[in-house]
Amino acid sequence: MITHHLSDKLLMAYSAGSLPEAFNLAVATHIALCDECRARLASFDAIGGAMLEQAQDEGIALEQGALAATLARIKTTPPVAKPSPRRVPQGVLPEPLASYVGGDLDAIRWRNVGGGVRQAILPTSKAATARMLYIPAGKAVPDHGHNGLEMTLVLQGAFADATARFGRGDIEIADEDLDHQPIAEPGEDCICLAVTDAPLKFRAFLPRIAQPFLRI
Amino acid sequence: MKARNGAEWVVLLRQVAETQDTNAFTALFQHFAPRVKAFLVKSGADQTMAEEVAQEVMVTVWNKAAQFDPSRASVATWIFTIARNRRIDMLRRDRRPEPEELFWGPEEEPDQLQVLTLQQESDQLIAAIAELPEKQRIMIERAYFSDLSHSEIAEETGLPLGTIKSRIRLALDRLRHSLS
Repeated sequence: MITHHLSDKLLMAYSAGSLPEAFNLAVATHIALCDECRARLASFDAIGGAMLEQAQDEGIALEQGALAATLARIKTTPPVAKPSPRRVPQGVLPEPLASYVGGDLDAIRWRNVGGGVRQAILPTSKAATARMLYIPAGKAVPDHGHNGLEMTLVLQGAFADATARFGRGDIEIADEDLDHQPIAEPGEDCICLAVTDAPLKFRAFLPRIAQPFLRI
Repeated sequence: MKARNGAEWVVLLRQVAETQDTNAFTALFQHFAPRVKAFLVKSGADQTMAEEVAQEVMVTVWNKAAQFDPSRASVATWIFTIARNRRIDMLRRDRRPEPEELFWGPEEEPDQLQVLTLQQESDQLIAAIAELPEKQRIMIERAYFSDLSHSEIAEETGLPLGTIKSRIRLALDRLRHSLS
């Protein structure tokens, strides 16, 4: 049961098409797991439809012969068949995340960042960074700075901080005001997609790695 | 030209999908193609590029007509999503990956009452937006014409989306049920 959802603001920006690629990836992956936000997104797309309806402008007309030109192109383009319905995929990673990773969990090329925590940076535009995070059960998310907006989507296991618990499909939206120390629950190792729009540096690269990550 | 409502556009698009009806397509083209072009120009495209892409969008409308699901979107909304995606390619904006789409199976069709209600609610939404205070309406326009970054969009949109969201949610629940 997903209890932490996307904000209206993020859904509107995703619908409008104005988010950095890494954020688009997190929004789309959450929606793949969450029909509530899929329906909310569709309602924001309906706003886009209303904007299209009223976009007409006397000063912007089609060229003469636009319809004939379009019909001529249609004759040379084969129609697209209706796609067959797809079953829910069996893996842990839904689309579009699976395509960015190049498969399911076993396709991720992890790098240690200390304390048993691993990460893998995903290929996106430089406007924001997307990374997979692997946090062993019971361990803390490595201490890192929050400069801009950070979104963390849980794909396996769960983590909790002082405010709430986040399980599969839940997304935490954190800005610089939030000071938190997420800790993976005991039991299953926690795997997340984390995206940030500001550079993020793990202090765990320092030799003080054996220190607890708590920074109170 | 007579103004058509959402349900009438659905009928015309279905005629394109099922019988490749050129007259139905022409009606859709005459209404939507100028709007797509204006949408692209207002989003920062020049006239030549916007003309080219508006025609491409209408070719896609023809080709993908069978994929349109009238229980989850109006025709205007569906064409908006096609135009938005082409705009991102055209203006070389950040890629926008999408969640895996859900399609009705071959034996299942959307419920006709659900379709009709959703289309009526979409018409009502257009009317409701026209009545918003001007400042709020301009904020929404700027957001959708790609003139605002995500941090500039207001946290509270104040949009009356509860009804249409619940309607789409019902369609998704029914679709999930038919796929499982």
